[in-house]
Amino acid sequence: MTGTAETGSAPGLLPIDRPNSYIGRSVPRPNLKRLVQGRGEYVSDIVLPRMAHVVFVRSPFAHARIVSIDAAEARRMPGVIAVVTGAELAKVITPWVGVLTHLKGLKSAPQHAIAIDRACWQGEAVAAVVARSRAEAEDAAECVQVDYEPLPVVADMETALDPDTPVIHPELGDNLAFERAHVAGDPQAGFDSADHVVETVFGFGRHTGVTLEPRAVVADYNPGEDRLTVYQGTQAPHMVQNLLAKHLDLPERQVRVVCKDVGGSFGIKVHIYADEMATAALSKLLRRPIKFVADRLESFLTDIHARDHRIKARIGVRNDGTITAIEIDDLTGIGPYSMYPRTSAIEANQVVNLVGGAYTCPNYKARARVVFQNKNVMCQYRAVGHPIATAVTEGLVDLAARTVGIDPVEIRRRNLIPDDAHPCASPAGLKFEALSHHASLEKLIAMMDYEGLRREQAALRARGIHRGIGIASFIEITNPGAAFYGVGGARISSQDGASVRLDATGAVIVHTSVTEQGQGTEAVIAQVVATAFGVPLERVRVILGDTDVTPYGGGTWASRGAGIGGEAAWQAGKALRANVLAAAGAMLQADPATLDIRAGVVVDADTGRERVDLAELARVVYFRPDTLPPGFQAEFMAVRHYVPRGYPFAFTNGVQASYLEVDVDTGFVKLLKHWVVEDCGTILNPQLVDEQIRGGVVQGIGAALFEHCLYDGDGQLRNGSMADYLVPMAGEIPDIAVGHCVSRTGDSELGAKGAGEAGTAGAPAAVMNAINDALAPFGARVTAMPFTPETILRAMGKL
Amino acid sequence: MNQTSTRITLTVNGGRVDETVECRKTLVDFLREDLGLTGSHVGCEHGVCGACTVRVDGSIVRGCLILAVQCDGAEVETIEGLSDSAEIADLQENFIARNALQCGYCTPGMLMAAAELLAEGGVPSREAIREYISGNYCRCTGYQAIVDAVEATARQRAGRTS
Repeated sequence: MTGTAETGSAPGLLPIDRPNSYIGRSVPRPNLKRLVQGRGEYVSDIVLPRMAHVVFVRSPFAHARIVSIDAAEARRMPGVIAVVTGAELAKVITPWVGVLTHLKGLKSAPQHAIAIDRACWQGEAVAAVVARSRAEAEDAAECVQVDYEPLPVVADMETALDPDTPVIHPELGDNLAFERAHVAGDPQAGFDSADHVVETVFGFGRHTGVTLEPRAVVADYNPGEDRLTVYQGTQAPHMVQNLLAKHLDLPERQVRVVCKDVGGSFGIKVHIYADEMATAALSKLLRRPIKFVADRLESFLTDIHARDHRIKARIGVRNDGTITAIEIDDLTGIGPYSMYPRTSAIEANQVVNLVGGAYTCPNYKARARVVFQNKNVMCQYRAVGHPIATAVTEGLVDLAARTVGIDPVEIRRRNLIPDDAHPCASPAGLKFEALSHHASLEKLIAMMDYEGLRREQAALRARGIHRGIGIASFIEITNPGAAFYGVGGARISSQDGASVRLDATGAVIVHTSVTEQGQGTEAVIAQVVATAFGVPLERVRVILGDTDVTPYGGGTWASRGAGIGGEAAWQAGKALRANVLAAAGAMLQADPATLDIRAGVVVDADTGRERVDLAELARVVYFRPDTLPPGFQAEFMAVRHYVPRGYPFAFTNGVQASYLEVDVDTGFVKLLKHWVVEDCGTILNPQLVDEQIRGGVVQGIGAALFEHCLYDGDGQLRNGSMADYLVPMAGEIPDIAVGHCVSRTGDSELGAKGAGEAGTAGAPAAVMNAINDALAPFGARVTAMPFTPETILRAMGKL
Repeated sequence: MNQTSTRITLTVNGGRVDETVECRKTLVDFLREDLGLTGSHVGCEHGVCGACTVRVDGSIVRGCLILAVQCDGAEVETIEGLSDSAEIADLQENFIARNALQCGYCTPGMLMAAAELLAEGGVPSREAIREYISGNYCRCTGYQAIVDAVEATARQRAGRTS
């Protein structure tokens, strides 16, 4: 079931209501045909002349001094070109510190491309082996003799700040990377006025992205022009360009980052990793192309991990269901370094920002502490902070409802911010332009037949079948402006650009700074330009992912591609239309204001009468400009950029529901159905939005039920393989129904907000609440993800 | 003396291939590196994710769990071959229409698995489709669109309308 309800938008014609509009249509993506034929071009497919392969020798210890490295035998192995240590590589690349100035007090230590003297997590690279083939490099890597002196390991974040715990970076003074406290309203008075105060502890296990194509980079330094070309599966090409230039001592214009097909990203590929930096540095050092493709085992050890939060939380509620106060205390472990350049404090910061954000309760107190530990680095992964904040909030709301005996839907009706209260702000200071919590909730209830499911649940419960229904409302940050990174000093663009050009046959070539990793960016940009300019979709070609040719911009992350990149493309398409109509007016001796472009033809705007085909106009402009009026110069290219300025973020909202069955004997959870109602403003391509939601939901389900990076007390990852780390498989996932409400943002003409992370934001909370709903008759409750059969049986007292 | 390489002769996508190959080389690495058939992807190299799924002598196998030398004399088919022969053109069209791929990295392997299920004939239930492709991981789509595309193809082939 799908459907769209309009809320909060003015009636009448919008700027986007163009003739032959592709806005809101599920047109297929132009890049799919080659991908289904296996004719994509991923970084792992790239082969260049003179190319060599690098394999990294990685520390088997979570914390160890590197006493010595003996590479003599490795250097004699067949095909080996070089074995390079951290100290040797440091001659061509400088270290970095992952801090941002707006995260006050955030500290970290200098991190090197390859560890020097000391390894700080299991998997940190300590040497690089370069050989003709990857197999030869792997053979030689096994022969590099590293003498380690193990050091005390800080594994448990709970004890990382204890006085007798060793400090990982002594120069920092302690293991506290960042701390934030926030108080809004009068939390104490709020709790005092409550009839009940209920509290619990939530846990969010470490998990990771498991992009099906591992991280991959081919770095090609050409000493003939002192120029570095890097082929990388990245979400942010210009960011990578800046960082490589900065640390390899090259002018930015001498670094080109090319991003072709990317085999999954989800935030994993929005960062720059030490081994990727090392690959570029090796290329400069060895003056030839170097290819690095992580194997799956090193992906688990080195791709950023996410979550790993422990949150003590409490909520005050009156007997009538009014929520009076919320308090959280978040602790998160981020590994030994704050990740570069986006830092590892953002997720905790987001949790503080987002908890309670859907509700009217003004009294809120929060503390977040971010600590170092000897585990793999942690950083931003899809829906940064949202699944945590949503699960804490929605878990507390359900707990409050159960305490006062009110239905979970009803307590939300009584406490969610009214739809007509917008614009408004949250206790954490977030500004909401237009949200639709209540309309979304009512739509969800209708889609899922909530009352019918409750009756079914009761009937089955009487027969010993334990099903649960879980509801989770949420908000999502999309379309971020400079507030995320730019204000903190990171050179990560918050604006994006598009250039559009009419070619000599009447087709349109678009260059955009937003990138494609499967979301459908290419399709959406084409739809927007085709509509704004006035040509059939198949006449638009979109080019992205090349810092040499695209406008400067941020890329695709934080649900910003369609909302920011799309608006830039919209404005560029309009600008080109004006330019082309000026030329048409000159040629036809007509006022350009009386003309329009529809379906690739210049027409009279009033009557639609065809005046001249774009191909004919282009022929005259390019090849017979001598026939145009004297002094007239056509401009068949236009460039526009866009960044939202009205609001720091375009918040979206939505609500999800999970229906599942718990086997109370085995603890296994069977997901039966999942529903989502989401409000991302103008929907540019309904199919792509729905598929973003569905894919996001399943990643959220993975977090709730399966995915967990399990470390032992020595900082050793115990399940770092695809066989041991569980990701959702087709057979365990239910069908997911998606519906929509539409509250446009007035910040842009398109009115589109982001949709890429909404599914992941709300799904874990919905699943958690559903499990606890099923377990309610047993007085059992689970709050630490992932909810494995074991955790469920333990909660029930059966283990 | 250990033999590290050997000569193999096999059929790949209908064409004869004679190559000297390292004995330790997996089939998928052989296809990608020696023959330039990069449509078969490497996701885990330990037989779990299914991205390297190819057809050997008519049955799908994990290209990372079989050595190239084991395919001496065999008939190997990859996504490139299935595409060029149009054997799965309808399935590919349904994948496109349903947006049953996002990044596309799992897609060649997924299509290989789905083609085998479809070759059994009939219209499998959604549960049966989900079960059949459970050995092929997709991190992007959440699987529903893939199930839709496979189901639609089965219905079309069975001459029914969905």
